Amino acid sequence: MHLYVVPVLFVMAGLVFYTVLAGADFGAGIWQLIAGRGEAGERIRQHAHESMAPVWEANHVWLIFVLTVTWTAYPTAFGSIASTLSIPLFIAAVGIILRGASYALRAGAGTAAEARRIDTVFAVSSLVTPFALGTCIGALAARRVPVGNATGHLFSSWLNPTSIMIGVIAVLSSAYLASVYLAADATRQDDAELARAFRVRALVAGGLAGAAAAAGLVVIHGDARTLYAGLTSGGGLIALIVSFLAGVAAIGLVWTGRFEPARYVAALTVAAVVAGWGLAQQPILLPGLTIRQAAAPYDSLVLVVVAVVAGGVILFPSLALLFRLFLGGRLSGGTAAGAASLETRAPETIRRTARPTLARLALAAFVAGLILVVFIDVEWGQVLGAVLLIACVLLGFVAVDPPALAD
Amino acid sequence: MGLSAATVVSLAPTHQHYLLEARQMQALSFIVHIPLVCFGIAFPAMVVYVEWLHLRTGREVYRTLAQRWSKVMVALFAVGVITGTILSFEMGLLWPNFTATFGSVFGLGFAVEGFSFFTEAIFLGIYIYGWNRLSPKAHLLSAVPVVITGFLGSMMVISVNSWMNHPSGFRLQNGHAVAVHPLQALFGNPYLWPELLHMYVAGYIVTGFLVAAAYGLGRLRTGRWGRYERAAFAIPLTIAAIASPVQVVLGDWIAREVANTQPIKLAAMEGLYRTTRGADEHILGWYTDRQVKYGIAIPKLLSLLAFHNPNATVKGLDTVQQKDRPPINVTRLSFQTMVGIGTLMALLGAFFLWFRWRRGQLPESRWFLAAVVACGPLSYVALVAGWVTTEVGRQPWVVYNVMRTSQAVTNVPALPIGYGTLVVVYAGVAATVFWVLRRLARAPMPEPPEAAAETEGGASRTAEAT
Ligand code: HDD
Ligand code: HEM
Ligand code: HEM
Repeated sequence: MHLYVVPVLFVMAGLVFYTVLAGADFGAGIWQLIAGRGEAGERIRQHAHESMAPVWEANHVWLIFVLTVTWTAYPTAFGSIASTLSIPLFIAAVGIILRGASYALRAGAGTAAEARRIDTVFAVSSLVTPFALGTCIGALAARRVPVGNATGHLFSSWLNPTSIMIGVIAVLSSAYLASVYLAADATRQDDAELARAFRVRALVAGGLAGAAAAAGLVVIHGDARTLYAGLTSGGGLIALIVSFLAGVAAIGLVWTGRFEPARYVAALTVAAVVAGWGLAQQPILLPGLTIRQAAAPYDSLVLVVVAVVAGGVILFPSLALLFRLFLGGRLSGGTAAGAASLETRAPETIRRTARPTLARLALAAFVAGLILVVFIDVEWGQVLGAVLLIACVLLGFVAVDPPALAD
Repeated sequence: MGLSAATVVSLAPTHQHYLLEARQMQALSFIVHIPLVCFGIAFPAMVVYVEWLHLRTGREVYRTLAQRWSKVMVALFAVGVITGTILSFEMGLLWPNFTATFGSVFGLGFAVEGFSFFTEAIFLGIYIYGWNRLSPKAHLLSAVPVVITGFLGSMMVISVNSWMNHPSGFRLQNGHAVAVHPLQALFGNPYLWPELLHMYVAGYIVTGFLVAAAYGLGRLRTGRWGRYERAAFAIPLTIAAIASPVQVVLGDWIAREVANTQPIKLAAMEGLYRTTRGADEHILGWYTDRQVKYGIAIPKLLSLLAFHNPNATVKGLDTVQQKDRPPINVTRLSFQTMVGIGTLMALLGAFFLWFRWRRGQLPESRWFLAAVVACGPLSYVALVAGWVTTEVGRQPWVVYNVMRTSQAVTNVPALPIGYGTLVVVYAGVAATVFWVLRRLARAPMPEPPEAAAETEGGASRTAEAT
């Protein structure tokens, strides 16, 4: 394998994670939108919100990952895509702002009515964002993004049959994934009624998503011949078959109420579609631009690969920890303060006087740092000076001992 | 370097009528992102400190404080994430030629930044939702990665910005960056360290003063001043008070780096038209007709400050053509605003430290509280003014002396529509954040017995002088 394809694999992996994790997040928002009124609707909204709260930020960083790796490893392609597709990307960006803002707002919502109004903004943006992002994928798949600064058509590049179809599929599969995950969460919390509600939703959304995917193939046959050819042969075909089988299996698991395995099989269904698109499209990135031609110089590629691998070594265990704590039910329960888990010790008497020695040391560090940074015009002087200034801040803080001031 | 337009850009040359709008969209997005960044930098450390106080002393006030602050922290982090995501989008939406040409050079910085913030988001989730689920020690420890990754992420972004100010680590060939050495470009840059430290310390100053200002205002308006409020006031204030004088020294450092590497920016910051030996420093005033009018001139101070020699020659704007000069008054006034506010805050900080040293207590006079309250918004103004100095002072270049902002911009028409939308959306976000913070502040306080007693009874404040 050539070095220049490795980042593309990272990007595709990032997209897969984004669709199966953040996608479910969007989907949860969509279910909040159509939860209906009354007590039952309220519970659905509440469940959707609480299940997603601890993980949504982490889920969404996958998009950042995709963007940064793309512009480092394939800068020309990134510039071309972002400029031609600026409208759907801008719409997605606004959707992301509104989602995030309404999520933050939720923390301050006092009444149920307020929470509902906030949830509506959240939900509408949850619908618009995956659709807009889906149309961008469609634009790439249908090869409507030429190389250049906004040289593609501003509207037809993403408002064409393939793009719209993929946008719809993105929305439906998000809703589908969310309902499966939420059913599994409800089961874990022994809430049979909620689990049943989401089971029905999962079956309906799964059916619709499957139908849309089939219809999508027909649309692509007419609108994007090369993509169709790629999807019906070789690796693309294998991925589609995997997706189909997984889709059937997932529906079966949901039907029989085994939501926990269904979670993973459903994710596989969607992931395989993304992989299939990648396989069908390679080695072309944009019309007239292969992955190889688009790739950054050697040093940049090596460093991106190193950074991603090193980052992954830290990231995945952390992520596993988060999901284990969260899925294991140990993190739910919101931010509210609960029973103290610490046996409270008797308040210790805190020193009430300042700490003169430390204070003098801090002052000395400040003066020495100042002299070194300002007057010694060589690098080591400035570095040492900066270290002393940092020491001054730390020592000074300990010397002031602000808790003593509060007594 | 004098490269012509055709050789610089890797996509087609640009023809954008709305360059100004693009620049303002970028500026707007930063002005929204950057205060949140300060909280991302400094707040986790403050929350951990308070939680540690709770573990050490067993006092409930600190636990309450840490929990209430961490609620604010998540809300602000959430908004920081989305505004940061918008900035990432804008790298392509507004400046596709910049990213297309130099993505291979600076992109690594953002890739590592992405990882750091990813890790930060994960541990923040663990910290916030693990309050009752993890052992106290594990919970405290889970915040440590948040502090570290916040620093690392900021360092990466600043490395990109310092590269834009002082580019190296690549060669241009037919509009493509070749012989690219990202590590050298991003981290082998003498400009990185002063800029990073100056920004990092700014983060502590802004967070410290804003948080202290909130409680100071509460004291002035409602008179509530129990141990809880005093701790919530004293801790951030102490941080800001010590950091402010340090910031003046760091500011001097970065100013001399600017003098060495970006002479035209320095000339714009000072309103110096003619290259001058023994240049004067002007305080206040307005630049017009190639000179600063109505200002207070201090002979030879500029040469002394910039080069440590009262007779050093300082390059003026006349060394480059008109089209290579940044907007003078915007740059100059922002710089003066930052330095002015920075000096005042340093004096206030020094007063606080002196008072604490001599009297062993918190200064509580109305004027002091009012000054702290004023420093909250002022520190934010200084922060934005500093960034305006850096970014506007670098104009017309996006990559200093290599690529013009006008070459970087997108060709998409009708940018003003996007701009208008963004203004409306961000106004909504700002209103939202404000509303949430008010709500969180007003939420009824779970009053632990110990703290309650002290609040009512007016705790015995000791006034032991040392
Ligand atoms: C609370 C905020 C704050 C305060 C009190 C100060 N600064 Fe600052 N300054 C910033 C916040 C800031 C910043 C974070 O906004 C900038 C923008 C770029 C950077 O690295 O830091 C900055 C940039 C910046 C620059 C421009 C660097 C460039 O153009 O690339 C100079 C010369 C100074 N500062 C100098 C000072 C001096 C002499 C100060 C002393 C009073 C001072 N700053 C206080
Ligand atoms: C990396 C890509 C970046 C690009 C393409 C970029 C470009 C620009 C441009 C063109 C402007 C408008 C200047 C003007 O109004 O005259 C601007 C403003 C600004 N930038 Fe940058 N910048 C980048 C990175 C940064 C970074 C990393 C920071 C902060 C760390 C930053 C902080 C700011 C701020 C605060 C402003 C507002 C200035 C104003 O009010 O006009 N920028 N940027
Ligand atoms: C072109 C400039 C910038 C871009 C593209 C950018 C991008 C981002 C992104 C995508 C995030 C969210 C990631 C996450 O939390 O998961 C973020 C958050 C953050 N950014 Fe920026 N950023 C820029 C400028 C800056 C600057 C100048 C700083 C500070 C020195 C900074 C520091 C931070 C910090 C500390 C966070 C953590 C979130 C928070 O605590 O609010 N960023 N940024």
